[in-house]
Amino acid sequence: MPANLLDEPEIESEHKEYHWTLNFGPQHPATHTTLRLVLELDGERIVKATPDIGYLHSGFEKLGEHLNFNQYVTIVDRKNYISPPMNEVAWHNAVEKLLDIELTRRCQYIRVIIGELSRISDHLLCVGAAALDLGAFTAFLFCFNQRELINDVYEEMSGYRFHPGYTRVGGVLHDFNDRVITKVRAVIASLPKALLDTEKLVYRNKIFLNRTRGIGILTRDDALSLCSTGPIARASGVIYDLRKDEPYLAYPDFDFQVPYATEGDCYARFQVRLEEIYQSLKIVEQAIENLPSGPVNVPIAEKFPVPDKGTTYNSMEGLIQHFELIMPNRGMESPVNEVYAAIESPNGELGYYLVSDGSQTAWRTRTRPPSFINFQVFPHVIKDHLIADIGAILGSLNIIAAELDR
Amino acid sequence: MTEAATTDVDPHAGTLEALTKVLGGATLETVRFRDNLRVFLKSDQLLPALVALKSELAFQLIEIGGIDYLAYPGRASGSSRFEVHYVLLNQDSHERLILKVGVEESRPSLPSVVAHWIGADWMEREIFDMFGISFEGHPDLRRILMPEEFTAFPLRKDYPLRGRGERHNFPRLTRDES
Amino acid sequence: MALGVPTSGGPGSPLVNPTGSIAGLKPEGAVEVPEGTILTRLQDAATWGVNYSRKNSLWPMPFATACCGIELMAVGASRFDIARFGAEVMRFSPRQCDLMIVAGRVAMKMMPVLQRIWLQMPEPKWCISMGACASTGGIFDTYAVVQGIDRFLPVDIYIPGCPPRPEQILRAIMDLQAKIQKGGSTFGKNGLPELQEREKMLLEKQMLPAGLALAEERGDEARYGYRLPGGAGLVGRDETK
Repeated sequence: MPANLLDEPEIESEHKEYHWTLNFGPQHPATHTTLRLVLELDGERIVKATPDIGYLHSGFEKLGEHLNFNQYVTIVDRKNYISPPMNEVAWHNAVEKLLDIELTRRCQYIRVIIGELSRISDHLLCVGAAALDLGAFTAFLFCFNQRELINDVYEEMSGYRFHPGYTRVGGVLHDFNDRVITKVRAVIASLPKALLDTEKLVYRNKIFLNRTRGIGILTRDDALSLCSTGPIARASGVIYDLRKDEPYLAYPDFDFQVPYATEGDCYARFQVRLEEIYQSLKIVEQAIENLPSGPVNVPIAEKFPVPDKGTTYNSMEGLIQHFELIMPNRGMESPVNEVYAAIESPNGELGYYLVSDGSQTAWRTRTRPPSFINFQVFPHVIKDHLIADIGAILGSLNIIAAELDR
Repeated sequence: MTEAATTDVDPHAGTLEALTKVLGGATLETVRFRDNLRVFLKSDQLLPALVALKSELAFQLIEIGGIDYLAYPGRASGSSRFEVHYVLLNQDSHERLILKVGVEESRPSLPSVVAHWIGADWMEREIFDMFGISFEGHPDLRRILMPEEFTAFPLRKDYPLRGRGERHNFPRLTRDES
Repeated sequence: MALGVPTSGGPGSPLVNPTGSIAGLKPEGAVEVPEGTILTRLQDAATWGVNYSRKNSLWPMPFATACCGIELMAVGASRFDIARFGAEVMRFSPRQCDLMIVAGRVAMKMMPVLQRIWLQMPEPKWCISMGACASTGGIFDTYAVVQGIDRFLPVDIYIPGCPPRPEQILRAIMDLQAKIQKGGSTFGKNGLPELQEREKMLLEKQMLPAGLALAEERGDEARYGYRLPGGAGLVGRDETK
């Protein structure tokens, strides 16, 4: 409930002794994972919220200085763990920018497909888990069922259902085969109905509407000043999407729109996310139907991709290339330089500031983590709300703790 | 991926010109790599440059990060150990600009930009936490990711990946006690 | 169940009458045991019943920190459905729970919180360490991550995987059910015998002076051929000073 509907805030700063402090988290269901808030309360009205983060800090960026460009993909997978392929695409996008590799068309399409599938699964989890927190359990079941279908795609393409670790420098682990494409088509076929069901449960649910409409309003100016990006900014009228505005991979080929809203409340954020699922679905549909044929990796003459098994065992160049990349005292060469490259992840701009010292291991892998920067929105929008609104606002911001703390 | 320097029209020309004017006509040290443009500034030039870029050229702050260049290959002797980068984005012209400021190890300090972008708050705190670079004028400069009682700065190059044993420093609960 | 029958020894020992003569000679006062009847002590029957009830109504406390937490949610959702094993009542208050599932890595800052939550849970309680990170630190062998929660907490079941598949979680629940039925709980000294050695080793390591414990651990890593990629560098050089 916003403050203007409450009794007037009778207690001002001179009566500060009435305020009491509540610890929220770090282990609390509404936080989904781990974050802690120290709330200063006036009755049930929140006067001030101080987030205390770092409960999942695991040294991702330090690990990036010790693992080579291909190995680090297993670590970035675990950064935003509800849309792992998007992290892989972002990481190798930065590496390939540093090494100046032009991907093949097929690889670009494949990366678009896995990225958009992961965006769908991210938004599904965000909406489903938020609905669960706001008392709509069934929507959670619908959303998770669809996520399982997307996990099946991951499993078919890489052998692992959760963290595929699928991209490689200059290509991907295995090419898509017919079974993967069948599974992607299964997702495309079943998703619209599940989305419709979810929408009915969410948009026509009185409790959900009352708990999200007009709650946690973020204005456009605040969104810009808080450096927020992605669906959160787009729900506040900052219409910027890297897929459209600074296109990467094969995004110029596809017909899709960038949904936005101007209200800036929780409801608008959920609306933008649900609409983005439809747009991503459209992209996946176009990409899978027009998937170009041809090789998926860049030619091994470029000295970057790990050759596949057949090439390694059956050709001299493949064997040499494999040896060069795998032996610990060898490896690819990179320019002694630094580069910033970003993509549009489900939560906003996911960028890497990559500094290389000429070896195949980065000198520094600074991540621009969208969850970390977007979470600064929270203490600003939670002011003058009730404790019960924390669940709605946290759910709409979709904070992923591993990306928040790295 | 075409290099910006090789295209006919330099997308950054107007920005660089305006930036030079703001900073009193001194020649700016720039590096171009792929489509990035990096502009090196001194720490006293940072705030005027950022304010001008925000108010006159409508740039928005995207991210701040720190880098430790201890024993970096090819690093000129006498250059500062740390560098902090500011990535800016103009959402109308899609132009990106990276400002880089060197920070000495002996006096690790920079002016804070929280007054201009509230979003810089946590990013500056993270750099303080990870590298020990303090930001003058920051309203609440505390550790953000590591515990308060932690003493080292983990992302410095002279700090080992596995730490110095801090992670083993907890009491053990046995079956009898719990 | 024939109550009031004088027995001695455990439930498996032969039926013996109070005078010490062998059953079958049927001394005066003994009761005829009908066919198809199980004889046991009231205490044993009650223990069996209590364990049976406990194992089929586990209340998990999902201490979900990272990726594994999402798989734990997937186990709760429709395809895998943890409710088939009676463990679907996830409660986020430790005081209502008897099974803690630590899903995900535990950072240095989180460890005191985890210990406090463990202490708040009422007896009897069990702990599942889910995933490579919670069990050993996994791929996060870094300054901030606790290298296995079993260094600081008692653990009953370890689940490998990064993250484990939902089927593995269900298997762990089934294993724990078997263990509970046998009466093994974490209180007293009834931990799993196969884990007692490891617990003893970890406890001994804890008793060593700080630097020494660390040095020994490094020795372990050298022995098992574990090393960081990229060869020797600045990394870890001054750790053992």
